Amino acid sequence: MPAEIDDIAIRLKGVGIDFGATKLAFDCAFRKGEIIAVTGPSGSGKSTLLNLVAGFDMPDDGRIELLGQDVTRMSPGERPVSVVFQEHNLFTHLDVVSNVGLGINPGLRLGVADKARIAGALLRVGLDGFAKRMPASLSGGERQRVALARAMVRRRPVILLDEPFAALDPGLRSGMGDLILDLRRSEEATILLVTHHPQDVARLADSVVFLDGGQILVQEAKTDFMLRTAPPEIARFLGK
Amino acid sequence: MVFSERRMTIAAGVFCLGGIMLFVGAAAWALLAADVAAVSEGRFFDAYVRRVTRFTLLQAVLSTLISIFLAIPLALALARRPAFPGRIWIVRLLALPLGLPALVAALGLIGIWGRQGVMNTLLANLGLAQPVSIYGLSGILLAHVFFNLPLATRFMLAGLERIPGEYWLIGTNLGMSRLSLFRFVEWPAIRGLIPGVAGLIFMLCATSFTLVLTLGGGPAASTIEVAIYQALRFDFDPPRVIALSMLQIVLTGVLLAMARLLTPPVAEAVTTGRRVIRFDGRNITDKIADALVISLGMIFILLPLAAVLVSGLRADMVRLAADPMVHRALSTSLAIALSSAFFCVLSGLALVAARQTLLQPRRTSPMARGLSSAISGSSALVLLVPPVVLGAGWFLLLRPFGDVAVFAPFVVVAINAMMALPFVYGILDPAMATHSARTGRLSQSLGIGFFNRLRLIDWPGLRRPALMAYSFACALSLGDLGAVALFGSQDMVTLPYLLYSRMGSYRTADAAGLALVLGFVCVILTIIGTPPERKVEGNADAR
Repeated sequence: MPAEIDDIAIRLKGVGIDFGATKLAFDCAFRKGEIIAVTGPSGSGKSTLLNLVAGFDMPDDGRIELLGQDVTRMSPGERPVSVVFQEHNLFTHLDVVSNVGLGINPGLRLGVADKARIAGALLRVGLDGFAKRMPASLSGGERQRVALARAMVRRRPVILLDEPFAALDPGLRSGMGDLILDLRRSEEATILLVTHHPQDVARLADSVVFLDGGQILVQEAKTDFMLRTAPPEIARFLGK
Repeated sequence: MVFSERRMTIAAGVFCLGGIMLFVGAAAWALLAADVAAVSEGRFFDAYVRRVTRFTLLQAVLSTLISIFLAIPLALALARRPAFPGRIWIVRLLALPLGLPALVAALGLIGIWGRQGVMNTLLANLGLAQPVSIYGLSGILLAHVFFNLPLATRFMLAGLERIPGEYWLIGTNLGMSRLSLFRFVEWPAIRGLIPGVAGLIFMLCATSFTLVLTLGGGPAASTIEVAIYQALRFDFDPPRVIALSMLQIVLTGVLLAMARLLTPPVAEAVTTGRRVIRFDGRNITDKIADALVISLGMIFILLPLAAVLVSGLRADMVRLAADPMVHRALSTSLAIALSSAFFCVLSGLALVAARQTLLQPRRTSPMARGLSSAISGSSALVLLVPPVVLGAGWFLLLRPFGDVAVFAPFVVVAINAMMALPFVYGILDPAMATHSARTGRLSQSLGIGFFNRLRLIDWPGLRRPALMAYSFACALSLGDLGAVALFGSQDMVTLPYLLYSRMGSYRTADAAGLALVLGFVCVILTIIGTPPERKVEGNADAR
């Protein structure tokens, strides 16, 4: 699908990375404001794709652009990116408000306005009144909502979610899905969402990248993807 | 398990428990009940005893503070550099002082920091007139830091490596500075460990005997344990021995009670499965600073070891090997070490088996529960009464029955076995729990009888931990000077005792040769006796 240059949020140009046993190659572009589901079998390269965009992995070849800017050599902290992992997103010795506050200032120097923003984000994820709680006293779903609140206050245009609901029950998954849709609407963020579940793809994504063996097998709009019966890898993923 | 077999197992455990209690109890009774008259004379807490107590606490506090304070930057640097050249060997080196007899280390430290040592020669060449003194407080601190800095570093490194890999990524993604990373990621991981580690180091330093004896250099720098030894062997002043021993028991009791309150540290190797990627400290200044910290730490640990090696190799080994005194010391040492380790492992096996049998039925009687906690508490009892106090008690107890030297071998074997028991218990208990969980029901359902089970199931399954425990107990006994110092005589000379007397008579070359042999054997035995670190999973990272 052709797209205008300034319409692209994330672009990987001829990116290659060699892990010895596996070689991965990515050439793709994702449009601004979309939720892109990144999916595929285990070991297909989903997390590596995210790590490349976040800057946790350095490509051996090619370049990575975020919002038209070459970030290939940029350190992870300088990139316009927020990350939420499957777990361990919160520092267990810091209370909820500090964990969110780190998203505004990594030295926890917070002003009155910052504290108001944190309170607003906690309200949005349904955790008002939780400010002084410690992560250990929260459920898995609540901890992930705190992590999303931090992504909200960070206001980075690209948000990377690495299986953020993998450890949650089905009921909690749908609640988290609503929050992600809300996050995209209000922050106009571009969201890469790694997931194993076809339901997440159907419910949340605008488009889909399906990876297999470190390569992009297909990249297309969600509606087209959901109707696929071939190739067999995708049919199996969709349960057909 | 067959009913009668169950009773046999419990009976064996109770027998061992009784033996331990009797051995410790008799010594304590001898000390407490012997001569209370001296206490009322007001000699109990005379100026000397007060000074010794003050010094014991002072050196322990300082040793602990310095060890912890220096371990923090070293652990941080090592954690930051997972790919530092030779890192695996550096981490192994940190475990080495644990197996080194204190006497050997003392000799190595004198070789480096002594009056004619490498450091003072170096400092003199740099124009510094005042040499570092290895004797007195500074020497004791140096030696305690030599042993405990690596210990503290290992605990802290393990704590840092337990930090979830995501924390480093989140910290980087949030743009945390070096200081913020320390404040929010590293310090919280270390902070929780410090009370436990400090408690352990303080305990080790407060009951340190050999290092203080060899490096104290006079009554001004004496700890309670050394004072007990001197009161017994030089002054023969039983009231003072009793006063000091009671003081030592009270002190260790308070320390043990405090240690109970503190979280015990865990030093296990780490497997997060996920590879840890760190982005901090990638610039050249940080790299140089970390390399400097690691190198200084390694030099501090390696230099005394190298000194033992170099001066040991320079010694006339051929003449030493032909020396009949060395032969006798070697055979005495081996006989004591092998038999004390044997009794130690045997009673360890009996105690653990009895405790696990007692706790096996789902409903345990209060009696069974009491007995099993008495068994697990027996290791604390052994710690409560340090070897020198134990020896002093038996010395006073046996004296009325004739020449103490006659009983010496038995008492030394028993004390050495007791010393090693807490460690042996720690190795055997988890191994036997796993073994019985794996095979217990299966052997029962197959109706395998006692001797067949022992031969076919238990021996193959428990051989490794039992040998490890045996090896470790041997190393502890071989390197021990405390019990032997009290009972040693012309008739009973062990290797450490011979080494100590050669050091005292300035036959330094002989001492160096003996130290090399002793250190080598003990380190090898300790390495055999230490469970291998669990292998770290490679890049099991989901991609």
